[in-house]
Amino acid sequence: MHELSIVASLFEILEEKAKEKKAKKIVSVKLKVGALSGVVPEFLETAFNIYKEDTIAAESKLEIEEVPLKIECQQCGAEMVKDDFVFICAKCDSRKLKTLAGTELLLEKIEVEV
Amino acid sequence: MKKKEVRVLEELLGSNKKIASEIREKLEKKGILTINILGSPGAGKTSLLESIAEKLKPDHKMAVIEGDIETERDAERIRAKGISAWQIITGGACHLEAKMVGKIFPEIPADLDFLFIENVGNLVCPASYDLGENIRCVLLSVPEGDDKPKKYPKAFTTSDCLVITKSDLLEALPFNLKRAQNEALQINPKLEIFTTSALKDSGISELIDYFLSSLHKLRQKNA
Repeated sequence: MHELSIVASLFEILEEKAKEKKAKKIVSVKLKVGALSGVVPEFLETAFNIYKEDTIAAESKLEIEEVPLKIECQQCGAEMVKDDFVFICAKCDSRKLKTLAGTELLLEKIEVEV
Repeated sequence: MKKKEVRVLEELLGSNKKIASEIREKLEKKGILTINILGSPGAGKTSLLESIAEKLKPDHKMAVIEGDIETERDAERIRAKGISAWQIITGGACHLEAKMVGKIFPEIPADLDFLFIENVGNLVCPASYDLGENIRCVLLSVPEGDDKPKKYPKAFTTSDCLVITKSDLLEALPFNLKRAQNEALQINPKLEIFTTSALKDSGISELIDYFLSSLHKLRQKNA
């Protein structure tokens, strides 16, 4: 349940960006949350809606794109989505894998009113 | 009123990561190996550190940062072994963050060999926070059950080593050691796995050898 701490970090970035763009308010916030980010999107949303009151993003809408864990086998080159987090290639059994996506916890974009 | 889209592409934990990298760099320069210890409440983190302290004390210098929601108890246990310890009381927070370690940084003696950071007892939240460690060590105690690696994947995928603790209970409990090891390796093929009992003083020396060889590598890199 560290989602509130993460939302606090998010708002530090939001305040900074709003200032930089001389925004009057933030109307939407888009996050990318990987399946292996260690964060539960529902909790993140709840924390966001509690935290946003009396901030520049008070009326904003949060959009979360959930990103599945995607890996690439370094042996046979196959790309696959892994819902079970097992780091073994489904095609050739290799354990030499590269993570392509699914660990991110990213503020992708915001929409502001200037 | 004009609407404008701004692409940001910033990591939410970017500021924690930055502080952690600074801490790691400074400690590495001093030749100190930093180990972040993760595990559930009662997994045996402090007991493991007590055993490590006993064995390291004659030839090596270590210190411990203790993270807890409340009380100074863990730091007191470590100090009772003649080891320097700082207690971070998070006052409710379920994990340590790099900035908390950063506050203690000025007090850390330069002549240490090892700095251990015992995280708040929790197998979920601490996994998201880099503290500037060189080695992340996750504990899994036999009473917790052999099915935990897949249930808490983040803690196991982000760790460098797994320490199965309380192995003296293997005979009494239906914990399948092979299953736990296999599951952990499926999730993270690079994991170094140790099976220990602080009570029976078993497996601790092997774990210490791993820390010592990691320290040696770090100092070779510095030289």
